[in-house]
Amino acid sequence: MTGLLEVEGLVAGYAGAPVLHGLDLSLPAGSVTAVLGANGAGKTTLLRTLSGLIRPRAGQITFDGRDIGGTAVERIVQAGMAHVPEHGGVIVELTVEENLRLGGLWRTDKTDVEKATAEVYDLFPPLAARRGALGQQLSGGERQMLAIGRALVARPRLLLLDEPSLGLAPRITAHIMSMLRQLADASGLTVLIVEQNVRAALSVAETGVVISLGRVVTRTDADRLLGDEAIRHAYLGF
Amino acid sequence: MDRFVTLTFDGLTHGAIYAAFALALVLIWRGTRVVNFAQGQMALAAAYICYTVDLETGSYWLGLAAAVVAGLLIGVIVERSVMKRVAHTAPLTAIVVALGITLVIQAILGMIYGVQNRRFPVPFSQVAIQVHGLPLFSPFDIFIYVVVAVILIGIGLLFTRTPIGLRMRAAAFAPETARLLGVNVSRVLTFGWALAAGVGALSSVLIIPTAGFIYPTAMDLVFVSAFTAAVIGGLDSPVGAVVGGLALGLVLSYASGYLSSNVTSMAVLVLLVVVLLVRPSGLFTSSAERRV
Repeated sequence: MTGLLEVEGLVAGYAGAPVLHGLDLSLPAGSVTAVLGANGAGKTTLLRTLSGLIRPRAGQITFDGRDIGGTAVERIVQAGMAHVPEHGGVIVELTVEENLRLGGLWRTDKTDVEKATAEVYDLFPPLAARRGALGQQLSGGERQMLAIGRALVARPRLLLLDEPSLGLAPRITAHIMSMLRQLADASGLTVLIVEQNVRAALSVAETGVVISLGRVVTRTDADRLLGDEAIRHAYLGF
Repeated sequence: MDRFVTLTFDGLTHGAIYAAFALALVLIWRGTRVVNFAQGQMALAAAYICYTVDLETGSYWLGLAAAVVAGLLIGVIVERSVMKRVAHTAPLTAIVVALGITLVIQAILGMIYGVQNRRFPVPFSQVAIQVHGLPLFSPFDIFIYVVVAVILIGIGLLFTRTPIGLRMRAAAFAPETARLLGVNVSRVLTFGWALAAGVGALSSVLIIPTAGFIYPTAMDLVFVSAFTAAVIGGLDSPVGAVVGGLALGLVLSYASGYLSSNVTSMAVLVLLVVVLLVRPSGLFTSSAERRV
């Protein structure tokens, strides 16, 4: 079966130094997948390439049946992919409301943007209470909620999350992870999480993909991955 | 006291224009981290368009509109053809390129119009209205206040109340995040350059008549003054640009009135050096130096 996102033989990286070396990946629609690996494995580079921030040197990225390799970032966003970068990328000089508005600015259906914004406030009540607060006045957890909420205002079909648990208390991390699971179950949203916090990521994902040195080492069920001591020792450090 | 009042009104008139011009510099700086050293000459080119259209048609208002349109177009052309290509290079490269554009425009204007002074048109009398025998401001000064107020309020509303303003702020503060949210940052930057050049053009049409004539270096001191105003207020702060512009206008007016008109140029440069030494980030910028 063809997935919502299909990646084949992806080669990408930074000025003269490829980080991804022929990476393959398939994400079924409505799935939650965790991409795991040590520092420098290529996890962030993978997300940045998928969302168009890095131009692939070779390989193919197919999103919803369309080849999007080399497509401009804003076109990919409009095609239905949202990327929440490491640390969330909340624009701290803007208010909560402005950050959320920005998420749906490109959309023509303004009524649905308002509806999506209301849903985000329902999903994250702390944001509703701080609509007029600047991003810099929010806690780490609130910023991450805002970053995810802002991505949801665009009503994406694929949500890319780079280290959503970074710097957050375990309780907040657990809340965010369970919320992602609910979203996937309720709305059919496809989620790709890149995480160092392996247990948190696998607690919500059905599938774990381990990458090392820019290649997929293994792809298996999340439960099985947690139980595979050899893989955990070799690539995940616990 | 009478002299003080007169100098204050004169300072506010010039300061208002410095404020608008400084705002144009801030608009570009916030979006691109480039100080547009070609701003003065770009604005002057637009002012020459105003002069030419007025000369040919006899309509100041047509000339004014043509200058603003020309300013917008010059902004787009400069950004798309040159500045866009040096946006991600070393800061010095953009400065050198901007200075190169200044020289090119200056040479072109010199070739077309010559170096002589030409009387610039004004739509209203420049004779000051007397209040209790005290000359305060002329009808043209009132025109300047109104236009600058419209520019400042218009830009304020644009930034805070419109989608393009939100896009501009997002692109300025976090260009990569803005792209990830579907903002076409490249297009937004071009719009910012056009807007800044349009404001610069309008400012030049307002300030040149205060000296009476247009000539190929007519905006040099104005640019330095506006740059100083922007630095005083903080290059990141539109409010700072306005306050800096008004403050500078007053200081220069007092210096010119109480000391000598010859010290005006020197006073601007001294003030610029002092601000750069004491508080290089400006009075209204809370953040430390930031680079893209």
